[in-house]
Order: sequence, then structure tokens, then C-alpha cells
Amino acid sequence: MARLPLDQDSQAIELVIPSQLPAAKKLERAVLAELEGQRFPEVCRFATKLALEEAITNAIKHGNRNDPDKHITLRFRVTPQEAEIWVADEGEGFDPNRVPDPTLDENLNKPNGRGIMLMRAYMDKVGYNQTGNEVRLIKFNRR
Amino acid sequence: MSEQASHLEVSREGGVTVVRFADRKILDEIPIAEIGEHLTNLAGSEPRIKMLLDFENVEHLSSAVLSMLINLNKRVGEQRGKLKLANIKPQIYEVFKITRLNELFDIHDTTASAKKSY
Repeated sequence: MARLPLDQDSQAIELVIPSQLPAAKKLERAVLAELEGQRFPEVCRFATKLALEEAITNAIKHGNRNDPDKHITLRFRVTPQEAEIWVADEGEGFDPNRVPDPTLDENLNKPNGRGIMLMRAYMDKVGYNQTGNEVRLIKFNRR
Repeated sequence: MSEQASHLEVSREGGVTVVRFADRKILDEIPIAEIGEHLTNLAGSEPRIKMLLDFENVEHLSSAVLSMLINLNKRVGEQRGKLKLANIKPQIYEVFKITRLNELFDIHDTTASAKKSY
């Protein structure tokens, strides 16, 4: 586990795992432990856990196509005011604006396609890099 | 009559197959595919099955779980059965609302009201 100084006042933690869901659980626990340490309320921790799981699942399934030889890189920085999380995969990326809206009537019965929507619903900010293989999530602390 | 397998408690109550998630971490730590397979097999075991999922112990949800439930709902439908959900905590119900899946699934406040509605 490496600490990367972003600036003088904050440090990000970086974790790298193979593309396997059990390993991803360790990432989630690390982030949630930091949130708890900074006294984020349960509602914020629930939201972050949900969104983070979606981001990691997307990175594993779609970004890295479930290839265990590829890796997920998680960076996160938690302050008393906010949690900032980056999840990157080793895939070619995609255009998040072209993902169909899962709440449309014709998509309700489709089993997939809700991950990005849930991230946007539960986090305060969601953004992708230009390639589309890294997502940045921000959750403000609301006590 | 009840059985327990894969952290699911399955019982027959008045002609309804009630499935309880036995452990509050079940949907968090047990692979969703494993749970989905068990429930799908259960759905396929009885024509016109009346299946009720009790969410009392569920404290976490993900799109993978929603996907599993949608596929299960389809399977129950193929058997000309009916799937209902009950005892969903407000924070979890919110996920169904945000995704509009509260309109797809038959969701009840309590297992009692769900059983009466079959």
C-alpha cells in the first residue's frame, strides 16, 4: 500500500489489485475504514460503498474484461470534508455518455446497465478521464 | 418445513416459498452468481411457484443483486409463478426507487401482507 503525497495538506492512498472481485472487497474495506475514521455518517458510507462497488465491478468486468492478469488501481483521499476516489482499469476505455438510460421503460427489464447511474445518484461528483478507463468519485461529508 | 443452504433459509409457509437471507452480509460477501443460481433452481423446481424474498437482513445492495433479481423474476414468470419482495429497509428501498425497479417488482412492507396478496 503506497501513500502518494498529492500536496502538502493531503495524501492519497494507492492500492493495486488483480481483476478479481474478492480482492476488490479489500479495497472497499480500506476506503470505508477511512470514511469511518473521518466520521462520515452512515448514509454517506452506504452511498460511497454502493458507488465504489459499482466502479470496481465495472473496471473488472467491462474495463479489464475479467482478465485476472490485468489490474485495478484505486486511489483515495479522505479528509473531514470529502472523500475523493479514483478507480482505473487497464482497458481501452469507453464513452460513458453513450450508456443507455436504465430507467427508461424499455430498459427496466434488462438485467445490466445500472452501475453508472447508481454512481451518479449516490455520489456528489462523478467524472471520467478522456479515455474512459478511470472514474473519479467525490462524496461530501454531511454530518 | 424449512431448509438452509448457501446462507439462505427456505421455508414453506401456507403454500408460499419464503426465502430469507440468513446473514446480513450475504449479499455483500457471498458471490451473487452463487445465490442467483440457487434461487433460480428453486424457482424452476415448482410450476406456478409463489416465491417471497424476505429482505429483513439485507443491508447492502448493488446492481449485481438487482440483475440477479431481474433474472429471477423472469425465471419465476416462465414458471407462471409470482415473485414478491418484502421487509426492505428504507435505505435499500431507495435503490429500487432510484432505478425504478420498485415498479418492476411486487414489493410489500411485510411478509404477512405479501403472503396475503398471492
